[in-house]
This record gives sequence, C-alpha cells and structure tokens, in this order.
Amino acid sequence: MQTKLMPMNEAISRFVNDGDTIVIEGFTHLICFAAAHEIIRQRRRDLTLCRLTPDLIYDQLIGAGCARKLIFSWAGNPGAGPLYALRRAVEQARPRSLELEEYSHYGMVARFTAGAAKLPFYPLRNYMGSDLPGVNPNIKTVVCPFTHEELAAVPPLNPDIAVIHAQRADEQGNAQIWGLLGVQKEAAFAARNVIVVAEEIVDEKVIRSDPNRTLVPALIVKAVVHEPFACHPSYAQGHYDRDNDFYLRWREVSRSESSFNAYLDEWVYKVKDRAEYVMRMGEQIARLRARQQMCGPVNYGY
Amino acid sequence: MEYTPNELMVSQAARQLRNGEVVFVGIGLPNMACNLARRLHAPDLVLVYESGAVGARPDRLPISIGDPALVTNSLSVCSMFDIFSYYLQGGLIDVGFLQGAQVDRFGNLNTTVIGDYFHPSVRLPGSGGACEIAILARRVLVIAPQSRRSFPERVDFITSPGFVDGPQTRSRLKMPGQGPAMIITDLGCYEFQQGEMTLTSLHPGSSIEQVRGATGWPIRVAKELETTEPPAAEEIRIIREELDPAHLYI
Repeated sequence: MQTKLMPMNEAISRFVNDGDTIVIEGFTHLICFAAAHEIIRQRRRDLTLCRLTPDLIYDQLIGAGCARKLIFSWAGNPGAGPLYALRRAVEQARPRSLELEEYSHYGMVARFTAGAAKLPFYPLRNYMGSDLPGVNPNIKTVVCPFTHEELAAVPPLNPDIAVIHAQRADEQGNAQIWGLLGVQKEAAFAARNVIVVAEEIVDEKVIRSDPNRTLVPALIVKAVVHEPFACHPSYAQGHYDRDNDFYLRWREVSRSESSFNAYLDEWVYKVKDRAEYVMRMGEQIARLRARQQMCGPVNYGY
Repeated sequence: MEYTPNELMVSQAARQLRNGEVVFVGIGLPNMACNLARRLHAPDLVLVYESGAVGARPDRLPISIGDPALVTNSLSVCSMFDIFSYYLQGGLIDVGFLQGAQVDRFGNLNTTVIGDYFHPSVRLPGSGGACEIAILARRVLVIAPQSRRSFPERVDFITSPGFVDGPQTRSRLKMPGQGPAMIITDLGCYEFQQGEMTLTSLHPGSSIEQVRGATGWPIRVAKELETTEPPAAEEIRIIREELDPAHLYI
C-alpha cells in the first residue's frame, strides 16, 4: 500500500480549500496548532470553523482573517479571560465580520455524533428553560414516537475536513490516542476527509499490538503528517505538558491588533514549518517535557 | 484565624458535598471545594470533569478543565459523548457546580452576553457544559461573587436555567434535575423557597443591608437566619498549602 505520509504544507494545500467547513478538534488536549499555522501561512479564506472551544487556535485563525463563521459552545481563553481576536471580529468586524452559531457542549457533541452516524438529527434531553434555542434556529424539538415526550434535536455536522492529532500513527493513518479523548472520534467520522497528525510514526505492528487504543482507523484517513510538538501551546499526554504560561500571556498578545499581528509575523508568517518553530522555542521545550508514568501491559492472547 | 472571601466560599461549598456523591466539577473555586471535601469529610467523593476524567485525583491544581493532571491516576478517561450522555443525561451526577456572570431571583445563570444577544455590550464565553448541567444534575451549587450588577432581578440571557420564573416551571418543562440548591456568595448563602433565592446564612462581618445593596430586587430573608461557620484552621491550611500553593485563586 502506498504511504499517506506527507509534509504539513502539502496536506493543507491538498485538502483545505477556501470556503471549507473545517474542524481541528482536541479538548484542551491534542489541539493541532501546527495545522492552523499552516492554514494561516497559506492564507485560506472564508472558512467555517467548528470546535467546542475555539481556544487560542481559532482566535489565531479568526484574527488572521481566515474565517467567515464559527460554530462553537464555549469561547474563552481557559482560566485566562476572553479571546480578544474573536471579540474584535464579533464586535468591530475586524479584520472581518464573523457569524456565530452557538450551542452548549452537549449540543456540539450531538451534532458531530449525528454527522458520524449519518443521522438527520440527534435527540437530547436539554435546552428547556434556556434562551439558546431562541437565538439558534438549529436547536429544535422532536416528539419521541414511543413515549411521546418532547426532546431537543440538533442537526448533523459534517465538516469538509477534520484534523486529528494523535500520539502515534502508522503511515496509513491508524491513529492511537490516550488521555483526554474529547470529540475527536466523532469529528473524524463526521468529516468527508481526515488529516492525521502524529507525534510519532510507528510500524503497523505497534498499532496491531494494542488495537483498543486506535481511535481513528486508516480507512477514513486521507493524509498522515509526522509533526512532533505540533500541539504547543496545547499538550500531548506522555509527550509534553500544556504551556499554561503561554495561555496566560496570550491575553496580552491578543488584546491589541498590533501585538496580535506582531505575534503572527514572528511565529507564523516568518516561520517555515513546525520544525523551525520548535527550533526557535529552544530550551523552553525542556520545561514542558512529560515525566514518565507507564501503564501495565495487557494480554491480547487467546 | 484570618481568611479571604474565596476561602470562605470554598469551605462553604465543600461542606455541601456528602461522602460518596458524584460531582461534576468546574475549574477554579469549585475544583478547590471538591478537593477540600475529598481531603476532609468526603474521601469517597467521585470527581467527574467534562473533559472526560472520572474519579480524578489531580496532584496539582488544574489550570484548565482539560489539565493532564486530571488524567494521570484517574479511574476512567472517556469521550465527551460518554460524559454527557451516560454520566450526565444518564442520571449519575449528584451535584453540578456552576458559576455565572449574572445570577437572578430564580437562580437562572447567564454566561452568554450582557445586553442584547445580537448586539451585546459584552460577549461572554457561552454555555460550555453549563446548560445541560443546570438541567440534568440532581442538584446544582453555584459560587458567585455578589454585586447589584451581577445579581439583577432577571438575567439578560438564560444560559443555564434555574427555576426559570417560578416554583412549578422546572417540573412543567420536565427537567430531570432539581435545580439550584444553594448560591454561595462573598456575603452569604442562599437557598430556594418557592423557587426564589432566599438568604439563609449571613457570613461573619456582612450585614443584611449590604446584601440588599448588592441585590437587584427585594431579597427574601429566611425567618431563622443563620451565621455562616467560618473556615476552620485545618481547612485554611489545606487550601493554602495543598490546593493552591501558588495562590492563583485565593
């Protein structure tokens, strides 16, 4: 079988188009900033961005002018205040206007789940008494044909492209993830194309030695990118810690357009790829390296 | 012993948790309250985080809801579909912790916008998991600093419903959870009588006049108003030395 391995710039140029609906998931954990930086460098425009928590990664894409619309459920800098680039887009249409489509976390999880299972909607016992359905016509109700109770319903979300970061994958895209799993599996199965980015590329034998850990199978993956440290300032369990100081500093960086643009210049536009970003980080990386805590082996024999 | 308002709120919140309960934990003060209770009267408290960690035993103060320290040594780590469908909607959560930029007379919480939704004066982060926690958790505890601006008679936007507009509304709307059980502020503790926020305990050093000045409607006061038991020396020691040694939240 032909390898799906390719560099990040090739994966983005082949699979991310202007106007696409895109999801780069990962709940706090495994957020692939390297993919977003490449999208910014290639100046993609009019994207619809989907994520439960836009986080710094979409703040950067929005402030860089890549996005037309945001579908989300919690838009803040976790533990450190607002996302200022997002707010500038919403409040002042700078650098351009941004349409918002807003759910709660469970609503977003349900939309990806319906998308992955190719269902026309997903029912949930939610939203009664809340003002969210009043501002989002996509949150509707449905009557259960068995119990006749009224439930909330949300439509499927099927992005054009999902970027999933994994601790390890083989060259075909069988991707293994541990630690927080977020909605990566649902987002990957819901998307029309999937790019897997991995800290480590391993032989298929390694994948087959522990099949329960494979979250995303090769059969839905179009491209595999080997990119160590691709999640900084997010983290990869067992590889490196979350750079909490960076998240705190982002508050000041994103507060004004000029400091935001200076950051993009220094750390995105003037950087060729993730390897150069890592090199520029220098000794800071050592501070984030994960300590070792191995799990016990299990017996897959029969 | 001297203590800060946040230490008082954390110790009050911890005392509302019973041993063996399953708690849906938020970051910041709720996380500290749960980990304080676990070290004192509730060693078998089960901490569930929306990021997917069940039975977490973080050995450092989590800065974010998805901190890697929640994973290391937890009982289970599952997808967010599992957390929201099987744990929360499945009825396993006894207590949900929420915070709000605005809290109103009926315990409704707003974390979405100040002002009109489509032309907000301040855009806030939104629901996250708060809306479903408010609807589905068996009971809800709220920690919020109190002021006249943050405690209006009616929130600008109901992100997470409390009793909505009266005592019968939750059952009429068939919400599985019982709604807010207690609002803990820096001035006092409030419980709900006929679906309405009622001052039941005043913190040492604060007065009913202060409470009235920091509430956007004529607040109900319980007939038998108590004085909040201040945090004990051991509670303060655990908070300062073990839970938040860098003093990020206290």
